[in-house]
Amino acid sequence: MNNTTVWSDPRSGSQIDFDSFKHLAQTAERGKFDFFFLAEGLRLREMKGRIHDLDVVGRPESLTVLSALSAVTTHLGLAATVNSTFNEPYEVARRLASLDHLSGGRAAWNVVTSWDAFTGENFRRGGYLAEADRYTRAREFLQTARELWDSWASDALPRSEGRFVRPGGIGFFEHTGQHFDIRGRFDVPRPPQGNPVIIQAGDSEEGREFAASSADVIFSRHSKLEEGRTFYRDVKRRLEKYGRTADDLKILPAVTYVLGDTQEEAEERAAEIRRAQVGPQTAILFLEAIWGRDLSGYDPDGPLPDIEPDLETDVSKGRAQFRRDRAETAAKWRALAEEKNLSIRELVIETAAPQTFVGTARSVAEEIDLFVQTDAADGFIFVPHLTPGGLDDLVDKVVPLLQEKGVFRADYTGPTLRHHLGLKELP
Amino acid sequence: MSLHLAVALDGAGWHPAAWRAEGARPDRLFTAGYWADLVIEAERGLLDWVTFEDSLSLQSSRYDGPDDRLDQVRGKLDAVLLAAAVAPLTSKIGLIPTTSVTHTEPFHVAIGIASLDYASKGRAGWRPRVSGRPDEAAHFGRREFPPFDPGNEEFVDALFREASDAVEVVRRLWDSWEDDAEIRDATTGRFIDRDRLHYIDFQGEFFSVKGPSITPRPPQGQPLITALGHATAPYEFAAKNADVLYVTPTDRDDARRIVEEVRELNPDLKVFADLVVFLGDHKARLDDLDGAPLESDAHIFEGTPAELADLLQDWGFPGYRLRPGVLPHDLTAITRGLVPELQSRGAFRTAYETPDLRGRLGLGRPASRYARVS
Repeated sequence: MNNTTVWSDPRSGSQIDFDSFKHLAQTAERGKFDFFFLAEGLRLREMKGRIHDLDVVGRPESLTVLSALSAVTTHLGLAATVNSTFNEPYEVARRLASLDHLSGGRAAWNVVTSWDAFTGENFRRGGYLAEADRYTRAREFLQTARELWDSWASDALPRSEGRFVRPGGIGFFEHTGQHFDIRGRFDVPRPPQGNPVIIQAGDSEEGREFAASSADVIFSRHSKLEEGRTFYRDVKRRLEKYGRTADDLKILPAVTYVLGDTQEEAEERAAEIRRAQVGPQTAILFLEAIWGRDLSGYDPDGPLPDIEPDLETDVSKGRAQFRRDRAETAAKWRALAEEKNLSIRELVIETAAPQTFVGTARSVAEEIDLFVQTDAADGFIFVPHLTPGGLDDLVDKVVPLLQEKGVFRADYTGPTLRHHLGLKELP
Repeated sequence: MSLHLAVALDGAGWHPAAWRAEGARPDRLFTAGYWADLVIEAERGLLDWVTFEDSLSLQSSRYDGPDDRLDQVRGKLDAVLLAAAVAPLTSKIGLIPTTSVTHTEPFHVAIGIASLDYASKGRAGWRPRVSGRPDEAAHFGRREFPPFDPGNEEFVDALFREASDAVEVVRRLWDSWEDDAEIRDATTGRFIDRDRLHYIDFQGEFFSVKGPSITPRPPQGQPLITALGHATAPYEFAAKNADVLYVTPTDRDDARRIVEEVRELNPDLKVFADLVVFLGDHKARLDDLDGAPLESDAHIFEGTPAELADLLQDWGFPGYRLRPGVLPHDLTAITRGLVPELQSRGAFRTAYETPDLRGRLGLGRPASRYARVS
C-alpha cells in the first residue's frame, strides 16, 4: 500500500482497517506466497510546506499489524520495514524476536535508514545522522541485533527438573562501537529462525555491499529484464568475498501487474490505472518536486514549463531527493517530452507510474518465468494497486499457471520463512 | 453493583515457581497458542480485560537489577505484539499491554497502541510504566542511571515527569487525525483533508515531537490508559494521565486510605485494587519449591472463590485486577469459580454489553482535542 494505490476505484476499500490487511495476507497465503511485506513512513510527506493530500496516507505500525496477521495465517512470512535511525537495537531486536516466536518462525526485517531532520522531528533522537553515516549505523545496528539474538543459546531453556534456564544458557552481551555502546542481558529467547530473515533495499554501491555482506533478500527496484539481469549479476558476484554463495541472497524486484482476457484489454486497463494513479493535480505536484517551484498555474494537459528548475529550493519533504538527481531528472524529462510530444500529465504517467507485467494470465506467467530462468530475479515482491482485492486475480489466475509449469510451489513444505526462501537454517 | 474484573497475565503466573505447578505449560510459554488459550478463557468468563506485563530487562528476583537464578521463568515477549497476536482470536475482551516509556519513542508507542486498537476493533488499552534500573538504561546506552533507589526522589520525580510527557505526546498523536480526515474527494483529487490533520508541536523538558501521527485516529479515539501505583508520585502521574489506576492495598483500612488520597488528586479516576490470587491450597508447595514464601507488592489471597467474592465486595472497589498465582489454574478458577459466584450474587455481568473497551467503563468516545467545534 503506497502512493501508487488507486483509491478512486469503487472497489478500493479501507487502507487502515484490519480486515483489509487480513484479506491481502490470506490471499497471499492462498497463493502460497513466501511473505507479506509492509513498508514504513514515519512522517507524513509535505509539499510546499503543507501535508501532501493527494495520495493514500495513514498506515498502522508494521510489527503490530503483522503480529495480528500471524493469528490468521499459518505459513505466510511476515516482513516489517523498521528504521534503524529512529530506533534502538535492544527494542527492535526484542520486537522482531517476539514476532518470530509468535508466528512460529515467519518474521523478516527490512532494514532501512533515514537521516533527514524532517522525519527526526517526530523522535526524541532527532535527525542527527549525517548522510554518510547512514550505512555505518545500519550495519552496526544489524550487527548489534544479531549479537542480541545470538546471546541466548538455542537450548538455553531445559524447563525441567527444577531448572528453567541451564547454566550459561543466557549470555551477557556487550557492544561498543561508533553508534552503540550497550551491555547487559537480552530478555527474549533465541528466535525460532535463529535470526529473522533480513531484507535490504539499498541500491547504491554501499547499499549493494551491505546487502551482499549481511542480507538474505534484496528488495530491488530493477524490474526491467535487462537492467534486472545486470543488477542480479552485479550483486551476486559480490557474495563470494563474504564467503557466501549465490543461494544465500535472493533478489526480489518490486513489480506490478495488470491482467486482461486479451493483451489489448490488459493494456487498456493498465492505461486506466496509470491515469488514476496520476491525476491532474498529482502530475503538477510531481513536476513541482523536481522543479522546486510553484507550477500550479500550468495546465497538466499542456506542455512542460519553459522555465528552468530552481535547484536551491526543495518543495518536497519526506522523500529521498538529491539536488543532482533533480537536475538530471529535469533534463531527461524535457528530452522525453520533446521526443514523444507529451503533456505534463502524460510525461509523469510515463515516468512515475511504471508497470511491469501487463497481459493475459498466460503471458504474464510466461514473463515471470522468463525473469527467473534468465537470472533477472529469484522472485518478486508484487505491489498491488488496489486494497484489499489487489492480489485476487494474481492468485486465482497466474499462480495456478506457474504451479502447472512446475516453477512455483504447489504447497508450503516447511513452517519457516527461511525454509520457504530456500535459505540455510541457522543453528 | 456490578464489579469490573481484569486479569493480569505474566509468564506462567505470578508465583515464581508457577511453571513447576501441576497443569503449567512451560514448554509453550513463548508460543502464540499459549497466550491465545488464556485470553480466550478470560473472554469466556466475561472479564473486562487482560493486561500483559513487560519491561526492558530479563526477569529478576531482585527489584534493583538482574540475578543469576536458573529456577525461575526467564525470557518474555513484547507485550504489544502479544496483545496483537490474540486480537483476531477474540472479539469482546479488552487487551492492555504494558510498555516502558523511559527508553522508548512515544511516537512508536502511539502508533503501536493505535494499531492494536484497529486490530482488535476498539478493545485496546495501554499501561505505561517507567524503567528506573541502571541495567535497563545500559541496554540503550544513551543515559547512565544511578543505582536503583526508590527513595531517590529527584530521580523518581524526573522519571515520572518524562512519563507524563510521553503520555501527553501519545494522547495528542491519537487526536492528531480528526475522525473524518479521510475524504476521498474525486473532484479535487484529495485523499485527505489536510486541515483535519494537526501538528502536535510538543516541546518538553525531555523531547520534542512534531506530528501528526502516521496512523489515523484509532477506533476508540483514545484507547484506555491504565497505570499501576504504590506511592504518591505514580498516583499523581495516574491522576493526570490515566483513566484507571491499579493500587495495592494490604487490607480494607489501607484501601480506604489510598482511595481517599487518590480521590483528592482526581475524583474521576477509576481506582482498581490489585490482588495476587491462589484459588486453592497450592501456594505452600510452590513456596517450598522456590525456597521462600512468595513476596508481592500486592495483597496475596488464598482461599475459595466464595471467600474471594466476599473480599472483593468487602473492600468496595469498583473493580479489581487479579493476578493469577498459577496459569492456567487460577485463571480457570476465576472464570469458572469466582465469576459464577459473583453472578449468583448479582455482582457481575452475565453477558458483554458493549463492543469497545472504553464503553465497558462507561467512558464515551471523546472528540479529538483538535476538532473544530461546529
